[in-house]
Amino acid sequence: MNSVLEIKDLKTYFKTPRGTAKAVDGVSFAIPKGGTFALVGESGCGKSMTALSVIQLVPEPAGYIAGGRVLLNGRDITGLTEREKRGIRGNNISMIFQEPMTSLNPVLTIGEQIMEAITLHQGKTRKEAREAAIEMLGRVKLPDPASLLSAYPHSLSGGMRQRVMIAIALSCRPDLLIADEPTTALDVTIQAQIIDLIDELKRETSTAVLLITHNMALVYTHAETVGVMYAGKIVELAPTKTLFRNPMHPYTVKLLRSIPGQEKRGLKLDTISGAVPPATSYPVGCRFSGRCPREMEGCSGIEPPLVECSPLHSVACHLHDAEFMSKPYSRPLRHEPDVLPPLAVPHGEKEALLEVKGLKTYYPIRKGLFKRVAVHLKAVDGIDLTVRKGSTLALVGESGCGKTTAGKSIIQLIRPTEGNIIFEGSDLTTLSEKGLRPFRSRMQIIFQDPYSSLNPRLTVKETIEEGIKALNPGLAKKAREEKIAWTLDRVGLGPEAMLRYPHEFSGGQRQRVGIARALAVDPEFIVCDEAVSALDVSVQAQILNLLKSIQRDFGLSFLFITHDLGVVEYIADEVAVMYEGRIVEQGPTEEIFSNPKDAYTKRLLEAVPKIDASLLSSWKLP
Amino acid sequence: MTGLENPPLGRYEQDKTMPVILATDLITFFLVGAIVYFIIASRKDGSLKAVRRELARNRLAVVCMAFLAFYVAVALLDSVRYRDAVIGDDGVPALSEGGSVIYSPEALSLLDRALSGMRTRTEKTYSAPFATHSYAKESMEGAGVTIVRGYPPLKYPRTHWLGTDRVGNDVLFIALKGVRTGVVIGAGTTLVIIPFAIFFGVIAGFYGGAIDDIVQYIYTTLSSIPGVLLIVAFMLLFGSSGYQGGLVSDVHLVWRAFVLNDRLFWLCVILGITSWTDLCRLIRGETLKLRELEYVQASKAFGAGRLSIIYRHIVPNVMHLVLITFVLQFSGLVLAEAILSYIGIGVGPETGSWGNMINTARLELSREPVVWWNLLAAFGAMFALVLPANIFGDAVRDALDPRLRYR
Amino acid sequence: MLTYIIRRVLYAIPIVIGVNLLTAVLFFYVNTPDDMARKILGEKNVTATQVENWKRDHGYNLPVFFNGAEEGAAKISETIFFRKSLPLLWLDFGRSDRNNIDIGGEIKTRMFPSLAISLPIFTFALVLDLFLAMMLAYYRGTYLDVWGVVLAVVLMSVSTLFYIIGGQYLLGKVLKLFPISGFDTGIDSIKFLVLPVVIGVLSSLGVGVRFYRTVFLEEINRDYVRTARAKGLSEGAVLFKHALKNAMIPVLTNVVVSIPFLFYGSLLMERFFAIPGLGSFTIDAIQAQDFAIVRSMVYLGSILYIIGLILTDISYTLVDPRVRFE
Repeated sequence: MNSVLEIKDLKTYFKTPRGTAKAVDGVSFAIPKGGTFALVGESGCGKSMTALSVIQLVPEPAGYIAGGRVLLNGRDITGLTEREKRGIRGNNISMIFQEPMTSLNPVLTIGEQIMEAITLHQGKTRKEAREAAIEMLGRVKLPDPASLLSAYPHSLSGGMRQRVMIAIALSCRPDLLIADEPTTALDVTIQAQIIDLIDELKRETSTAVLLITHNMALVYTHAETVGVMYAGKIVELAPTKTLFRNPMHPYTVKLLRSIPGQEKRGLKLDTISGAVPPATSYPVGCRFSGRCPREMEGCSGIEPPLVECSPLHSVACHLHDAEFMSKPYSRPLRHEPDVLPPLAVPHGEKEALLEVKGLKTYYPIRKGLFKRVAVHLKAVDGIDLTVRKGSTLALVGESGCGKTTAGKSIIQLIRPTEGNIIFEGSDLTTLSEKGLRPFRSRMQIIFQDPYSSLNPRLTVKETIEEGIKALNPGLAKKAREEKIAWTLDRVGLGPEAMLRYPHEFSGGQRQRVGIARALAVDPEFIVCDEAVSALDVSVQAQILNLLKSIQRDFGLSFLFITHDLGVVEYIADEVAVMYEGRIVEQGPTEEIFSNPKDAYTKRLLEAVPKIDASLLSSWKLP
Repeated sequence: MTGLENPPLGRYEQDKTMPVILATDLITFFLVGAIVYFIIASRKDGSLKAVRRELARNRLAVVCMAFLAFYVAVALLDSVRYRDAVIGDDGVPALSEGGSVIYSPEALSLLDRALSGMRTRTEKTYSAPFATHSYAKESMEGAGVTIVRGYPPLKYPRTHWLGTDRVGNDVLFIALKGVRTGVVIGAGTTLVIIPFAIFFGVIAGFYGGAIDDIVQYIYTTLSSIPGVLLIVAFMLLFGSSGYQGGLVSDVHLVWRAFVLNDRLFWLCVILGITSWTDLCRLIRGETLKLRELEYVQASKAFGAGRLSIIYRHIVPNVMHLVLITFVLQFSGLVLAEAILSYIGIGVGPETGSWGNMINTARLELSREPVVWWNLLAAFGAMFALVLPANIFGDAVRDALDPRLRYR
Repeated sequence: MLTYIIRRVLYAIPIVIGVNLLTAVLFFYVNTPDDMARKILGEKNVTATQVENWKRDHGYNLPVFFNGAEEGAAKISETIFFRKSLPLLWLDFGRSDRNNIDIGGEIKTRMFPSLAISLPIFTFALVLDLFLAMMLAYYRGTYLDVWGVVLAVVLMSVSTLFYIIGGQYLLGKVLKLFPISGFDTGIDSIKFLVLPVVIGVLSSLGVGVRFYRTVFLEEINRDYVRTARAKGLSEGAVLFKHALKNAMIPVLTNVVVSIPFLFYGSLLMERFFAIPGLGSFTIDAIQAQDFAIVRSMVYLGSILYIIGLILTDISYTLVDPRVRFE
């Protein structure tokens, strides 16, 4: 028994008004000493709940562990008393969370929050704990650890807070560290530092790591073993290299193939039809049935067990079960083609649609006794950009670099402080709100958050109608309704969606409504402000496909604001890299990615975890 | 004061009655209208439908709703009133010198008429619930010419479920007459608050800058004055004139049948002025959040005007706060009315109200023997309105805004 | 931090002036001195001369804001506002309309009986509310919590008048534990104070416990509490060390603002228990329609509220490091 953690048939259920939600429904895996096990999957598949079950922090009273065992160094911890569990938490198992901004107590000092765990579990005096805390802060590479002890969390950046979280988690040298999306809320360059730090400390202390993430590339570069979760179960379990070389479950393949990247330019991204079933009502047989590209007649009735198909590689799929395949019900129900269809946008004309010259947007910062404007926050500090007709310009950079402000300033949602925005010969910055009206329908915006981008009190029809009414008031009611129906159809929603409210739709569908809203006024230029960043990878692929196809069909120009470089590589013709309000480098996408010149661009590109290029186009459905 | 003055309905033609509408009656009508509107709207509007479904699932909330519906129904019945023509000896309506019909000053409501038995069967003085004899000893004529002291029998034994008060009125009837006042105070005050709070809250949050500063200044200044004293000051200044409840005299009437200067109405207005600031603050905060939301930005990208954005996107999305505040404040206002009436600055002495009941009965506990049913009836009637309102308010809030749960 | 406090204090100045103007408009314009005189002299059968005499005797025979008949600065100073309302800014309350008593002196002597009853109510209620709320939060989701909340809602649905009348009847009259009402000075005052304090604490219990429980539960669902649990801290340590300190911020808003009001007393309690404090002073003035006293009390209340607001802001800097280092 050399596994630090071994989970056997773990079941974590929740009582909800709609019945029992089986968030985790029979999950088994093991992590050896010093090993890193990654649990991947889309949101709502049960990853985080598995993590909380391991550390015995399932939110009570709604949630409870309904079955199975969690063995820590061979000892089942599910049956321990609360007191014994507390002795394990923070001591043998510790955890870091996704949101560093809210995970630290705002009213206690950093020192107090680290020393708390040390004095509790290691029986050290305050003085010794203080020494240990300083040492830990040094090891997570925070500057001036001694003075940091008396600092409060609000004075630290997100990356520094996550380092503090790691220091707290590792302060008692735990056997197992659970990292639940530890880098998701951080900027790309910080992400790399944090994950490298976890790796480094893991090697030093030979702590085992359970890494929870949705980022496949991160798994590829940092985990030894991977479990792919879908609908509360592990559907595929293998050493990382094996899994990425030879994914066997159709879901895994689909998931990998939906990741955007350079090699898929000109092709449609693979997508998964349908939606993840709710945890209260899974299908009887295989939980992927109904969505599977290789579904067979018996799939929806018989549940596939997770079996080892080749050494160390386990899959829960009937396709790899010789006995099942010999039965008559193995006749295929569906057989999607394996090749990705092309989706090429005719290469953009070189003619400029919109030119941004010396754009500056400043915000006043008020300070002192009378709140006078002391300084200006230079959100956008003199940028030049050119958006060409029918092509996509990506504006990339970390959070707070001013890219969203730039996008809003360009379409005059925020009036810029200085500079010119020339849209086909007219300078938008000189126009009044009234003078802008003719341009409003020609430039539109799509937002990030599919939840706050639609007014919950308006039907889809009313939402789309607003723009048509405002910008094309002459259109008769009937023509307007036809237009709405047509637009909805174009974004892949049926006309029955018209009378429904936003809360009746999934995140991806809402994003489609957001696109329809912009599309309905026949724009030529659309700002996509992190339009796919909040979506799961398979949904993201659907929306990227949609954006690309409408660009092809209507000759649209996009300004694509994002921090996701994979998306940029896939969709953008040109890239502008923004840093602290300025553009540090711009040029054709391929050139920037293959030969970055600016130091910041280099750092940015290096920081992104990458899957081996040879694997990227190799994945085939079983 | 017998049944003669109050003949059964339907014996007279229409022009032999004259409707009287108090300003506060409009509040009841408006409340009932708003409830009906909500029920109809919730059939169509998706998010309201969800709220309704959530409420229907909550069994306790449904029970409370039934209680509240009963109270509102009583208030509504007590808000439809009309005066009867005075009938001369010849059986036809008496005419004034100018030839117009003379109406009785008593504007009896549907409730008064429906419960006319309870209203008119009065005793001499106190009697305990379901009693057959009076509560106080009296000198009575015994056999022959002897005078004995004893408990005289009641005129209407075993009919007074909650006993009678000092002047012999049925306590149950008086408690029911307090319903309308409670409901009107709870609903009317909020109706006064809503337009102020929405208007100031939304413009402060949406426009920001100097407008925000001014609105914040106004509500900080207003809320810095102790509420109860502001009410006292206002009521001392305005409350003493006007219709105090009871008989309707012609001086109160405007446009023939309308009583505008209604003390209860002023009380609602004044309570509203002193308590709109909380909701205003909430709405301002919510608007600050909403105006940055992406759907508002999208609307701006269509070149939509500010008023259109406020109308389409801001106001509908602060309405849940309004509804939550309405149901949660309701109970507090009912309790406040009793206290204000008790210290003599609430409703007029002629208006049926639980505060007035308590005020007249406050010394009864020190009587020997104790008269308890008056106080208990008043407190019980109030409790039976306030408790369901509190529970229902919580349920509505949970259904509308799960974020605020537990609050 | 000092700038922050100075700014909050400066911010209070226009509010004080605003209250002063508002009360002046309300008490001198809307309700003119003539109305006042008539109310005090008795509604009926008052001659114009009597009214004029009364106004002259009490200094109300001047224009409200602007005196055109005077010269220079006197145009402003020879007004009711300048004479009667402005001095309130430096807490000069003047004399009452009816018995010509010194309002300021009255406030000074009556403030202590008010404090004698409101301070214990405030302290005991706060401690009990917080204790019970924390207990419910600790046992959240259990039957204790569920029934505790139900009880709190029931308690808050009962009229304060019921607590007072019922308490006096049960504890004072039937059980004869305490005198029903009255007041004394020194150590003897205790026997008079117990009953109102018990009733005062009980009547605010429901609202208080429910509010603080919500505050605690809100903190308990925060991410940092999950972090604290993941460290292996006991539920008690999580609640008392991590959640309580954060919960203090909303608690302070609720509590500190009412501290200056303790001097102000309570209208209801003082009336029922015959305590010669500011509350009964006010009630008597209301019933005697003595507007000078009511106006002074309105103004005093506002000042106390504003002081409370400033104290709240200052106390934030003590518990919230985000404000402290602004």
